[in-house]
Amino acid sequence: MKARAFDYRRVTSVTEALAAYAGCRGEARYLAGGQSLLPALNLRLDGPDLLIDIGRIDTLRGISVEGDALRIGALTRHAETLSSPLIVAHAPILTEAAAFMAHPAIRNLGTMGGSLALADPASELPACMRALGAVIEIAGPAGTRNVAADDYFRDLFETVLAPGELLSAVRVPLARPDIRMRFDEIARRRGDYAMVGLAAHLAFSGDVVETARLAFCSVGPTPMRAPAAESALAGRSLGPESIAAAKAALAADLAPDDDDALSAAARMHLARVLLGRVLSALGDGPQRAEAA
Amino acid sequence: MIAPQPVNLTVNGARVRRFVEPRLSLADFLRQDLGLTAVHLGCEVGACGACIVNLDGQPVHACLMLAVQTDGMRVDTLEGLSDSEAVAALQKAFHARNALQCGFCTPGILVVALGFLKGCRPGETAPSREAIRDALSGNYCRCTGYEAIVDAIERVAKAACATQEAA
Ligand SMILES: Cc1cc2nc3c(=O)[nH]c(=O)nc-3n(C[C@H](O)[C@H](O)[C@H](O)COP(=O)(O)OP(=O)(O)OC[C@H]3O[C@@H](n4cnc5c(N)ncnc54)[C@H](O)[C@@H]3O)c2cc1C
Ligand code: FES
Ligand code: FES
Repeated sequence: MKARAFDYRRVTSVTEALAAYAGCRGEARYLAGGQSLLPALNLRLDGPDLLIDIGRIDTLRGISVEGDALRIGALTRHAETLSSPLIVAHAPILTEAAAFMAHPAIRNLGTMGGSLALADPASELPACMRALGAVIEIAGPAGTRNVAADDYFRDLFETVLAPGELLSAVRVPLARPDIRMRFDEIARRRGDYAMVGLAAHLAFSGDVVETARLAFCSVGPTPMRAPAAESALAGRSLGPESIAAAKAALAADLAPDDDDALSAAARMHLARVLLGRVLSALGDGPQRAEAA
Repeated sequence: MIAPQPVNLTVNGARVRRFVEPRLSLADFLRQDLGLTAVHLGCEVGACGACIVNLDGQPVHACLMLAVQTDGMRVDTLEGLSDSEAVAALQKAFHARNALQCGFCTPGILVVALGFLKGCRPGETAPSREAIRDALSGNYCRCTGYEAIVDAIERVAKAACATQEAA
């Protein structure tokens, strides 16, 4: 199908983007990579009056180390996330996750900011941001605000972004030698959205798990943390017993619904299988940046 | 009333200047305004890969891009890539292996395969079938069952990795 008619404006700065949004008398949408927005327009699921193309705002680009965090610009394409040496060094689960995202041609255009603004619960990157304890940087008419990833995702395709606010970057704490992290997922076919995905981030003190951050995708309306499974791991070494305890605890954390693709019981089963798989891999030693 | 907007880009090596409606997709622009009908439209939602073209040298879905977005960029369709030795080798292998039936998916697959084959130089290890399937994960073929397509690309990839400076 073809999209409904809309107007188009290309902007080159964040200030100009915010002004264009504020000045639009109808419905406006920011256009980043377009890999979710254009399908929605072609299907006429959405029909805005104006697209504001933010794709050429230079200040939204770039990946850099700033203090103890890695700052990833909103326009970072999935293909860059997959290949960036800085991301492999400092946030390797993003490299692992990007390998599961869509297909090569979509990764050439789709962006970090677009993925986090859309907040598809099946998407890999939102789950990674919760596991990493990332901070989302948001530009608005009143200036920039920072929101912890745990507070940023609110509901199905819903975030704290107010209409007209622009996600400018995400800041991820740098990996440390005492941290092991891993992303893995179970999908029917390569490039499909996950039936279940898991971003795991464990801080160790010697052999003992000090804190665990587990975030699942595709099992609820937002990327889901698993606090009961996380506490089942804390203070214990990572081995068959603690892993079994975490898998058992997962029942208190997740309550997926039945849907056309999968029953709730099957999804829950897959979540447990995946948790066991990811934790066993992390128990085998420090995380290695192997492309999944 | 929404005014058409100017777009100025390079298509298959030639400079193109046009006014386009903002909602016109790159795929419709290439097909209808420029007559480049190797760009096929199947799903228009990024699922089938029939519309894949190169944008500044990288494969993208022409159905998921607006013509007006490509101002200042370089677009290459299969028509513009057809003179290369690599395309000739692929065409021969596709023919030999019966890697197309209706041919609807073929242009998108050839654009993707060409990009993939850039990684195959003399002396390199030939890519696995798994790697070829991975590269083609965004291309649907409703006729062949993929096996013959993977065979054909594998054949060209192996030859490219084996030959010394071969044409
Ligand atoms: C066939 C197919 C398969 C896919 N498979 C996967 C997959 O397996 N996993 C996955 O995670 N994704 C998948 N995607 C989606 C893809 O990753 C998109 O790139 C991503 O969801 C959106 O990024 P974008 O830059 O394309 O955003 P756009 O499509 O440009 O925008 C998406 C939404 O976010 C808003 N927006 C964009 N950028 C900003 C910003 N900086 N600030 C505020 N709002 C903004 C837009 O207004 C729009 O509402 C798939 C897409 C397709 C077509
Ligand atoms: S027409 Fe573009 S992917 Fe199907
Ligand atoms: S040959 Fe018919 S779709 Fe591939």
